[in-house]
Amino acid sequence: MNPSGITRQRLAAVFLLGCLLLNYPFLSLFNKPGEILGVPLLYVYIFAAWAVLIMLMAYVIEKRRD
Amino acid sequence: MLQGWVIVTVSFAYLGLLFAIAYYGDKRGDAGRSIIARPTIYALSLAVYCTTWTFYGSVGRAASTGIGFLPIYLGPTLMAGLWWFVMLKIIRISKANRITSIADFVASRYGKSQTLAGLVTVIAVIGVMPYISLQLKAVSNSFTILLHYPAILMPARAQVQPFFQDSALYIAMILAAFTIVFGTRHLDASERHEGMVAAVAFESLVKLLAFLAVGVFVTFGIYKGFGDIFHRAAAVPQLKTLMTVADTGTSYGNWWSLIFVSMLSIMLLPRQFQIAVVENVSEHHLARATWLFPLYLLLINIFVLPIALGGLLHFPDGSVDADTFVLTLPMAEHREALALFVFIGGLSAAAAMVIVETIALSTMVCNDLVMPALLRQQWLRLHERQDLSGVLLLIRRWAIAGILLLGYVYFRGAGEAYALVSIGLISFAAVAQFAPSIFGAIYWKEGTKNGAIAGLLAGFAVWGYTLLLPSFAKSGWLSPHFIEEGLFGITLLKPHELFGVSGLDEISHTLFWSMLANIGAYVCVSLAGRPSPVEADQATLFVDVFRRTARDDSSHMWRGSVQVGDLLPLIGRFVGPERARDAFLNFAQRRGLASIDELQATGELVRYAETLLAGAIGSASARVMVASVAKEEKLGIDEVMNILDEASQARAYSRELEQKSRELEEITAEALRERANLLDLTHDTVFVRDINDIITFWNRGAETLYGWTKDEAIGQVAHQLMQTIFPAPLEEITSELNSTGHWEGELIYTRRDGTQVVVSSRWALQSDDRGKPIAVLETSNDITEHKRAREALENAQAELAHVARVATLGEMTASIAHEINQPLGAVVNSASASLRWLEAHKPEEARRSISRVIEESHRASDIIGRIRALVKKAPARKDWLDINETIQEVIMLAHSEVLRNGVGLEVQLSNDIPLIFADKIQLQQVILNLMMNAIEAMNGAGEGPLELVVSSKNDSQGVLVLVRDSGPGLDPEGLDHLFDAFYTTKPHGLGMGLAISRSLIEAHGGRLWASTNQPRGAVFQFTVPIGGERPL
Repeated sequence: MNPSGITRQRLAAVFLLGCLLLNYPFLSLFNKPGEILGVPLLYVYIFAAWAVLIMLMAYVIEKRRD
Repeated sequence: MLQGWVIVTVSFAYLGLLFAIAYYGDKRGDAGRSIIARPTIYALSLAVYCTTWTFYGSVGRAASTGIGFLPIYLGPTLMAGLWWFVMLKIIRISKANRITSIADFVASRYGKSQTLAGLVTVIAVIGVMPYISLQLKAVSNSFTILLHYPAILMPARAQVQPFFQDSALYIAMILAAFTIVFGTRHLDASERHEGMVAAVAFESLVKLLAFLAVGVFVTFGIYKGFGDIFHRAAAVPQLKTLMTVADTGTSYGNWWSLIFVSMLSIMLLPRQFQIAVVENVSEHHLARATWLFPLYLLLINIFVLPIALGGLLHFPDGSVDADTFVLTLPMAEHREALALFVFIGGLSAAAAMVIVETIALSTMVCNDLVMPALLRQQWLRLHERQDLSGVLLLIRRWAIAGILLLGYVYFRGAGEAYALVSIGLISFAAVAQFAPSIFGAIYWKEGTKNGAIAGLLAGFAVWGYTLLLPSFAKSGWLSPHFIEEGLFGITLLKPHELFGVSGLDEISHTLFWSMLANIGAYVCVSLAGRPSPVEADQATLFVDVFRRTARDDSSHMWRGSVQVGDLLPLIGRFVGPERARDAFLNFAQRRGLASIDELQATGELVRYAETLLAGAIGSASARVMVASVAKEEKLGIDEVMNILDEASQARAYSRELEQKSRELEEITAEALRERANLLDLTHDTVFVRDINDIITFWNRGAETLYGWTKDEAIGQVAHQLMQTIFPAPLEEITSELNSTGHWEGELIYTRRDGTQVVVSSRWALQSDDRGKPIAVLETSNDITEHKRAREALENAQAELAHVARVATLGEMTASIAHEINQPLGAVVNSASASLRWLEAHKPEEARRSISRVIEESHRASDIIGRIRALVKKAPARKDWLDINETIQEVIMLAHSEVLRNGVGLEVQLSNDIPLIFADKIQLQQVILNLMMNAIEAMNGAGEGPLELVVSSKNDSQGVLVLVRDSGPGLDPEGLDHLFDAFYTTKPHGLGMGLAISRSLIEAHGGRLWASTNQPRGAVFQFTVPIGGERPL
């Protein structure tokens, strides 16, 4: 496994994105009463963001060339 | 159904299942066919992170803080993205230095310091103690609750019961026994436990399934889906607040600090380090785990909030502890099986955590705490003991029991004060103290041992004071005075508001101060001093691990005197004498030496020996042991500086260059050897001969088939060794090989044991750049059986053909008899006539009659001879023959059959036909078969003339023979099946004739087919190619 390279940087980018998405201030944006399909907004947002992060990481990993 | 004995039996059965899986996993691992060498298993085993905290505690936390249970799972998700940087480096360093625990890692980096190793171990044990007690609490509570079914009662406070009635104690004992059996059956030098990993991966699945089951049940069974639960909860004001996070600074701070601390815990918890680093089979597995593990976390958390809300709605009076909703909800709905499944899931989570954590901790206690202390006691004379593995195992077992006892004691002392999650967070904060030292270890060369010690002590002290002690106070073991008033009444020392920093929750507060103290002390003390030579050495190894080759070592740092004869038995005492010899021999051979005796005790060897030892007893102890047999002269700082001085660097550089080129040669040679090893995989024999026919390469397949080993074969002249029999003159073969570069054919070799094999062989010529041949590569495979089978088949076919011939002749008995009778009749006539002529004294006429007798007798014997030829079971014999002659002989045989049936026979034989190389008997059999078929077909035909035509023609590549009749013709349906075996339209026919005829013709390389005749009847034709080179 090549420790350096584009995969590393992409994953670091996903990490930073995650830090942003899953923390304040983004969190406070959705921290309001409201619901999507009966599920509270905040709940949906966090799980959705979480799933997106996982998918991004999976995509980066499985598509890497080394 | 949920009586006590049922629960207990099922629990033991499940634990037994885990053990069986572990046992199987170990067996496969020992056999080299590991079942855990898969990225998915690795990812699943990481889920040991989820314990009863996740299983029970998350719901409890969600019931009080809503979404606030989630950050400790988001942390690991985020951290996974950084694993590519951090975890990979840690794994590589650990593998390169044979590191077997987190204490080992820290100690090894900072100069192989035993002090550090011990300190880390102590912090780990004390820090993890609350975590273990939380598992005990969860299991014992859930057991008690389940026992009270169908009533739903919360367990009484544990302190109320005397300890011998406390189920948690027994659970602790059972888990201790289980862990001992799991993890201390034998010593593994690499401290890997394949079976344990397999069991952990399995139970990760079990607990996920159990949790999902309960989640689905609550969400869709009790309520009508997510929307339903949330709607109902929104109607209750207290519950409505759970749907959002309080919009205050404290809760934001809390959110962030939980994410932070869980990011650290996913790597620094002893059980996580053990599974992720020590048990890691291959770096490549890290990739999939990076996203698979966060996915697992997501899945196991989907239903937490619904279950929490569902429970709060179901038990609105607050009598039921939210930590138990996962269990009590199915119980309230009388789902016994589900409740039992949930209990097993919780038990599973607890068991896995306890087992892995305790094994990891006991390893540290043994290697890094107890052994070094014991080794220092000279009076024990441990160096002189022959086999220390028994001692090591004993220490570990006691350590496991002791750790679990500690966990139980904490449970009694402090377990009741907090909800599960809070207890767990205490441990998280404890292991977070390792972070500065460890991150410094892999990224900061200037971090020193003293700095690490200072940092750890400072951080641990702050943690202990702000989190651990208050937890005892809250349970009544310590007076709560110092919490409210501060230590000695000094308000600035209030454990939850140190130096007046207020407004933070406990965890964030502790994190802030402990990290400040830890990092501050670490950095300041490190920078205030200088790394010792060994520390600097190790620092480079760690921080620059990606830049060094695997075989780099710091042999130039060693200065000591040691004998190989002392090193070897030393190593043997810990890893076993056999393994030690093997390892040393391996080392010697890699350096081109033939045996251990030729080994010199260089720094390289010593380092290698240390690494071997470290695998068994930890690197700090290893260093001590080796030092005890060596008289190491400590390098003075000046000498080290000299070595690092530029001038000598140049010399060192050129030496390195030499070494690198040697390594390169070795690598190339190894790569070639590897490729050669690939050739050993095939069953085909592969060997290489040079132009003098001497064997230079001989693969495993050749060894197996021909019997000579590689060493016996290489250097021999190939064709002499195996007494090769070629299918053609060797000069012909060689010339073909030289002109085209290839040759293919069948050869017969004689094996070593004297038996012969027939091989199908393909040769390839290898030439150099200028086209000069340098070697021949020969690939062959054994076709002896194949040939034998083919011969057997041919024999069977000949037999069958013979049988058919006899059968046909049998059918012709009447006409044959008639055929023979004719000449015999003529003989009788002529003989009688000659008698009469003699009586009439007319010798001339008599002589003529007697000549006729002779003629006719010849004729009869001819016919008989022909019949005998057909009947003989001779093997196929090809010769040059004239097809017309062959046809005529057959016609002679079938003559009377033709007449008897009133068939008009027409023979049209072309003059312009070549000789063909074929078997006369077989061709005659075919023609006879066709004629007999035709005659029979016309027999029952009814009206019309019965005409049979037999003709021969030149067919440019051979001859074409035609048999045409005017019978009823062929059924177009049956046309395809005519030549099938056992196909017959005759009521008593065998149906083999045409099938055999076709196979005989095809054996000659020809074709036999049928078509319709105009105006009526059938045409059967066959071709026979010339079949061979005509002799000149």
